[in-house]
Amino acid sequence: MSPRNRTVALVVVLLLLAAVPPVAALLNQPFYLDLFRRIMIFAIAALSLNLILGYGGMISFGHAVFLGVGAYAVGVLAHHGIASGYVQWAVAIVASALVALAIGAISIRTSGVYFIMITLAFSQMLYYLGISIEEYGGDDGMRLTVRSQFAGLVSLDDATAFYYLVFGLLVLFMFLVHRLVNSRFGMVIRAARSNEARTRAIGFSPYAYRLTAFVIAGAMCGVAGALLVNQTSYLTPEFMNWTRSGELMFMVILGGIGTTLGPVLGAAVLLLLEDFLSGWTVHWQIILGPLLVLAVLFAKRGLAGLLPGGGRDE
Amino acid sequence: MRIAFRALFAGLLAAGLAAAPALAQQKLKIGFITTLSGPQGVIGEHMRNSVELALDHLGRKVGGLETEVIYGDDQFKPDVGKQVADEMLKKHQVQFVSGIIWSNVMLAVAPTVTAAGTFMIGTNAGPHDLAGKLCHELFFTTSWQNDQTPEAMGKHMQDQGINDVYIMAPNYAAGKDMLSGFKRYFKGRIVDEVYTKLGQTDYQAELSQLRAKNPKAVFVFYPGGMGISFLRQYSEAGLRGQLPLYSVYTVDEITIPAVKHAALGQWETRFWSPDLKNPANEKYVADYRKKYGKWPVFYGAQSYDGIMLINSAVRAVKGDLANKKGMIAAMRKADFASVRGKFAYNTNHFPIQNFYLLKAVAGATPGGDPVMEIQKAVFTNHKDSYYQDCPMKW
Amino acid sequence: MNLILVIEQALNGLQLGVMLFLMAAGLTLVFGIMNLVNLAHGSLYMVGAYLATAFYQWTGSFLAAVPLALAGALAVGIVVEIVALRTLYERDHLDQVLATFGLILFFNELIAILWGRAAIYAAAPPWLSGHVELFAGLRYPLFRSVIILVGVAVAALLWYVVTRTRLGMLIRAGASNRTMVAALGVNIRLLYTVVFGFGAALAGLAGLMAGPIYVVQPGMGEEILIQVFVVIVIGGIGSIRGAVAGALIVGMVDTLGRAFLKPTLATVLSPSAADTAGPALASMLIYMLMAAVLAVRPEGLFSARGGG
Repeated sequence: MSPRNRTVALVVVLLLLAAVPPVAALLNQPFYLDLFRRIMIFAIAALSLNLILGYGGMISFGHAVFLGVGAYAVGVLAHHGIASGYVQWAVAIVASALVALAIGAISIRTSGVYFIMITLAFSQMLYYLGISIEEYGGDDGMRLTVRSQFAGLVSLDDATAFYYLVFGLLVLFMFLVHRLVNSRFGMVIRAARSNEARTRAIGFSPYAYRLTAFVIAGAMCGVAGALLVNQTSYLTPEFMNWTRSGELMFMVILGGIGTTLGPVLGAAVLLLLEDFLSGWTVHWQIILGPLLVLAVLFAKRGLAGLLPGGGRDE
Repeated sequence: MRIAFRALFAGLLAAGLAAAPALAQQKLKIGFITTLSGPQGVIGEHMRNSVELALDHLGRKVGGLETEVIYGDDQFKPDVGKQVADEMLKKHQVQFVSGIIWSNVMLAVAPTVTAAGTFMIGTNAGPHDLAGKLCHELFFTTSWQNDQTPEAMGKHMQDQGINDVYIMAPNYAAGKDMLSGFKRYFKGRIVDEVYTKLGQTDYQAELSQLRAKNPKAVFVFYPGGMGISFLRQYSEAGLRGQLPLYSVYTVDEITIPAVKHAALGQWETRFWSPDLKNPANEKYVADYRKKYGKWPVFYGAQSYDGIMLINSAVRAVKGDLANKKGMIAAMRKADFASVRGKFAYNTNHFPIQNFYLLKAVAGATPGGDPVMEIQKAVFTNHKDSYYQDCPMKW
Repeated sequence: MNLILVIEQALNGLQLGVMLFLMAAGLTLVFGIMNLVNLAHGSLYMVGAYLATAFYQWTGSFLAAVPLALAGALAVGIVVEIVALRTLYERDHLDQVLATFGLILFFNELIAILWGRAAIYAAAPPWLSGHVELFAGLRYPLFRSVIILVGVAVAALLWYVVTRTRLGMLIRAGASNRTMVAALGVNIRLLYTVVFGFGAALAGLAGLMAGPIYVVQPGMGEEILIQVFVVIVIGGIGSIRGAVAGALIVGMVDTLGRAFLKPTLATVLSPSAADTAGPALASMLIYMLMAAVLAVRPEGLFSARGGG
């Protein structure tokens, strides 16, 4: 899998995504613009999870929490009259990073299945907390009456402009993750994942590096949350539910862990599959369930592994 | 080989986009959104059955037009519900969106639908925002405003002079709304107000607390599985015969088969019951039982009415679906045979209707499941408490 | 707050703990021996409940239904192990989590297709209904008392098997060092299947006892599953002692929290604040407990790995 082929595959996928708005307009199917925008938002969330899960080997079952934190940051500020996107999204990033710091500080002390469980527990805690806070709708959630305002820069009410904003952010994050993973920082994370003892022997403390990666991933997912609440114009504590975290994990593994393209493909396939299957039959879960099991058992390298040149970044 | 593979991938993507051509608007299309998968799917099943029955009764033509109903599954999630609504509006280009069980899904979907200039005919959720400030001329509901049902129970217990009531609900928005609706009309002494965890299955601890407080009556709101667990444990704790239990949305035709005799003696308030006597309801109930082999439940009755409401509007404008003003005017008249009997619409497009006291009594067949029977009317022509916040006047 | 109430709530906590223990014991064994994260354990609980209900209706005898349901859960467990899980032993935890998550979706839908989505009626036999008079004024439901007794009996049985039989010795050895056990010529495959089947039967037992008091519907396993995971994480993976300790702690904390947190808060906060803060805090309590335990002992209280 030469680097050149990998890059070509990446560029092709990105070009296809960029082509969606004009194609959708041509076919008079504006619904697809919304659908692919939603896919890209979840791709960003999956990308952030891939950073810690795919490269870092940290199986976080509570990653959807950050979707909620980012969404609530925007929603709560809007509720109190602050509609500036700059302020809202900055708060979303900072809040997600802080929550990630708090959760990570305790969780990363554990490993293996304990890590999975404690991240799950934290996300449940925040989910129940969200349900209890009446001021912000409790489980009824909150409407976003006015989308994040970026005065002069872009209007999120323009479907196409919003689409390209998300697209731009996706490309930016893919680039950032790629650089991060191939930097010295990334090397330590990946080394710690394959052989922790040896990493320690060379003098690196995995804890600090992992925590940093966890915080970065949390902040990135917070941005996805801010985007998601603007996409649906609505938020609920449901965003933080553990089954959502499960879906994110599926996107990462379906697409191929430890690859740049993987999360994007995984998000696209899972969401398209859900949409298609649920239109087809009410019993779609009996099809999706085994499909996911088979994917885990046999498509070890994920979809990215099936594409030419889309293998691991190693 | 590799190039071919990539081309195939790209081709599939493009084919997927082109797959759904825009259909010409010769027929009437209704998008019906409900929960069809997961444990709550049983409710969606009843709603869909009722829609199908309504279509059968109308000869598959609503308002005289060839009709297609597209069903969507919101999977109990607001953002999926909104995506499904978007798909119905933009891809299928429906003229009506109907259904929706849950308030949080409704709050995400209704504004989207009405903003797109399409009718939203709600057939269950009745959040107070949509009855008040967020009312819209394109939004009608064939159900009720969430608070009205507990208000009726509150009034009944107040009228009966019952005192020392212990009230319980799950700790989420609907739970809090139910108890506050109850307290709006019940002014007696409340021994304690207890909120439990959403989805909780074991109520032993709460029942022990309840007994220790020694109330004269208990009022609860426990929908779905929570209600089944609570009722069984209430009965098992020996409280069934001792302490009268009043509730809303806890005991209905879906949950009774799972609790059986544990439901006997239960009091509920509702705007409708299968035994309500009027021609439209008798036909609905009889045909539903014949076609589906079970008792219909209120979710279904509301959905049946939703189709009938649309039918009356489309007939009134003689099939001219572009005449939205005409259809709004027709719907406001509520000029159709509803399963609840004659009713009128309030300015906020919520029904002004009666609420009855129901009791679970032994069924006709010995050893069979209990049935709900109307005892009396608690409210006649009851308006909800939020219509004054609605800016629409007509 | 009188003494009788406190004792009654303690009994409730004990009974909840017992239910959790039955689920946790099977799950922790499977974790400990096979290093397998099995999210579908809740589905086996659901299978037990449904089979018991069906067999009771069919045979009319609860005493006949119980062993039939247990055998059924055992059979389903073994089939699942052979068909789907064997390939997962070598895989990492992520694959196991996702694959068994897929199994959950499959089982829920299968049950929905076979029995419908609506909850079904699971009866307790008449001779197990009613109350027992424990002492001065405390009447406790008979069925729940039986659950406590069954749980204690199972715990004793497990203790006996694990410490006094050859199988138990293999289990303990396998939990600390799997490779050694295989190297010593033990048929690991058979051992795994037996352990998994046993765990499935335990989950089925919990399910058939839960059916008459809780609600039997598709997805009933997921609600209790998270609590069970909290139990084994607190108790320590692979340790039966840990499962007992964890289950009792979680059962007690959760029950007493739900019962007494609000009244306690009401002494310092206003009644309406306590009304909302109480239940909110109570629902988060076991998670906070788990976080606290893991912060101090990241491997749980009685971890089986490398001694303990």
